[in-house]
Amino acid sequence: MKADIRVALVGNPNTGKSTLFNTLTGLNQKIGNFPGVTVDKKTGYCQLPDGRTAQIVDLPGTYSLYPKSQDESIVFSILADKANPLRPDLVVVILDATNLKRNLLLYTQVADLKIPVIIALNMMDLAKKAGTVIDIDLFSKKLGVPVVPMSARKLDGIDKLKAAISFANKIALQEESIDVETIAPQLIGRITREFELDNPYYALQLAHQHETIKFISPAESERIEELEKEFSFHSQKAQAAETIARYSFINELLYDTVKVPDTAQDETLSNKIDKILTHKVFGFIIFFAVLLFMFQSIFSWSAYPMELIGDLFVWIQSGLHHLLPAGPLTGLLIDGVIGGLSGVMVFIPQIAILFAFISILEDTGYMSRVTFMMDKLMRKVGLNGKSVVPLIGGFACAVPSIMSTRTIENWKDRMITIMVTPLVTCSARLPIYTLLIALVVPNRNVWWLFNMQGLALTGMYIFSLISAIVVAFVFKLILKGRERGYFIMELPVYRMPRWNNVAYSMYERSKSFVLQAGKVIIAISVILWVLASYGPGNRFAQIEKKYQQPQYTQHLKPDELTRAINSEKLENSYAGALGHAIEPVIRPLGFDWKIGIALITSFAAREVFVGTMATIYSVEGSAEKMESVQQKMKTATNPETGQPVFSLAVAFSLMMFYAFAMQCASTVAVVYRETKNWKWPAIQFAYMTVLAYAASFFAFHLLK
Amino acid sequence: MTLSELKKGAIGIVKGFTDLEMSVKLMEMGCLPGEEITVARVAPLGDPIAVNVAGYQLSLRKFEASTIILQ
Repeated sequence: MKADIRVALVGNPNTGKSTLFNTLTGLNQKIGNFPGVTVDKKTGYCQLPDGRTAQIVDLPGTYSLYPKSQDESIVFSILADKANPLRPDLVVVILDATNLKRNLLLYTQVADLKIPVIIALNMMDLAKKAGTVIDIDLFSKKLGVPVVPMSARKLDGIDKLKAAISFANKIALQEESIDVETIAPQLIGRITREFELDNPYYALQLAHQHETIKFISPAESERIEELEKEFSFHSQKAQAAETIARYSFINELLYDTVKVPDTAQDETLSNKIDKILTHKVFGFIIFFAVLLFMFQSIFSWSAYPMELIGDLFVWIQSGLHHLLPAGPLTGLLIDGVIGGLSGVMVFIPQIAILFAFISILEDTGYMSRVTFMMDKLMRKVGLNGKSVVPLIGGFACAVPSIMSTRTIENWKDRMITIMVTPLVTCSARLPIYTLLIALVVPNRNVWWLFNMQGLALTGMYIFSLISAIVVAFVFKLILKGRERGYFIMELPVYRMPRWNNVAYSMYERSKSFVLQAGKVIIAISVILWVLASYGPGNRFAQIEKKYQQPQYTQHLKPDELTRAINSEKLENSYAGALGHAIEPVIRPLGFDWKIGIALITSFAAREVFVGTMATIYSVEGSAEKMESVQQKMKTATNPETGQPVFSLAVAFSLMMFYAFAMQCASTVAVVYRETKNWKWPAIQFAYMTVLAYAASFFAFHLLK
Repeated sequence: MTLSELKKGAIGIVKGFTDLEMSVKLMEMGCLPGEEITVARVAPLGDPIAVNVAGYQLSLRKFEASTIILQ
């Protein structure tokens, strides 16, 4: 779509910016990445009353143009870089009318960049309720910009904002807020002249941010560094002076235009809620209750849609099998591509539900309180209050949980959280654990109450949390922090969740998961399919020939014959060859070549294990026929020793392997996507594989 | 006296900072010299704390609060 004007939305977090964005653009929006960084770029289109189309760019929420996280650094880059394709013609600054003082700091900074600007004065309904009176006309006149009072949640003032956007000036007419040049007069003068700039505040920002911004050349950055030395510029002192000057301008402005009731206010509702939700005892009880509910819902609500999606793909696959002529290409399409795709799609319900919960918890303001309560505890092991959410989400699936670590501003805390989240027992490990536990742990009660199999499963879950915490602690000692960790965070007022935003978040996250992780999963599934369906030389032809002999065709039923052929083909396929090849490596863990194949195929996704086991033990089909897989695995004996293959030692050794190994292509893909560096998924893969091997080895030899 | 020593419910007025880097971040968030500040709540485990300042609620760790000098 072609737009006539580009508008950027800028504002503090919790000002209703995303609500406004969703209202302006509707479903007409797109999420991409800003070039070079993982920050979500949200753009959409909006029809203006004069018939023109505006492209709306939603910039990350920030308290100032001085960035504290990767997200925030985008704001200055887009507003200041004249060559940036997303540079707006107009900026709409959203201010929270109930919290004007702090909100105005960002406004004055943006206004000083001299881009045409409009103020959307949001949450007017709440300000009025609190008794705040704002002289909008005087406010607008003093700043020299149009001010649109509105309540985005109630859709009040949206039309007026659209009208203001279409009438907006092409040139910046806003009044000066502070005299920027007095902060560093000589330096600003020199940078302005040498770089031919027309704006002193832009020059000052270059002086502050030249080391981190990407749109100036290294030579230019070095020149600025030289000038800074020459005029002994001190970045933090200059920033402090600027902030003080801006707040004194803001205080004066608010003194003239805003009347706040001076009667002592009653205790706010938010404070009353906080007394319970962050209470010493109830606070934690409520938190664990919320988690339990979330955890339960992710499992129970997603079960039916997941089954439905699985069935749908089975239906498509069998339909295509009938339609298309049999052959290698059909096999690749149906079992490789569509099979791989179904592996991705099945996770959509869990992802959507997890993100619905996260979005509700964030929207209401409860997430900040969880962070507030857990920070001290989590900091001890190198994590952060904000790591709680991804770790808990990891019980469902590491993929969306790793995406949700973006809320952690501190780089080191975020990396550690990403590194340990896949250790938490995710839902894909569940079928493997249940299968193996059922094989070796007797279904008996101990102490009347506890089922031994249930205890073993619970043990695996607790074990995973402990290992995540221990590994986090180790990473805390190894990783070097890039910045000083701090925890200065707004505790927003409790609000009802905006269901629209919840729905958008479910939709967006699922979509980006399917598109991004989907590509990798499909690629790996195709490769695995090829490896399992072809063998070196003419071995496959020989197997076919062998089973055409009368002793097989006469004594075996047709489907038994197919199974026998498939089983022997698998052993002779490239995957089978791989299984035999790695057998010496995995023998110390108690595994044979068949388990080796399952291990290899499971590197695409853990849940493949059951299916591979089913194929290897030549059982028809899929995970649904767990009974028969179990029977086959139980009766499988080692040809050399005559002992059962799946002894207690082997089963626990396998479970240890699955507990630690990074056997999930989607997680690898999403870690790469979030860190934008192959180093991190590589380190993660390596450390998890080493741990898996060691844990398996000890489990096998202790239990043997 | 620093903010970390302020009792829950008591009112203080920001006078200055002991740490330049932290002061820049705190001032951006509205903790400026002359601003009134009250301790609203302490986290269940004793750290961080929540304070009311500049018309909203801010949470910060005890260590960070100890860099804010009160009048």
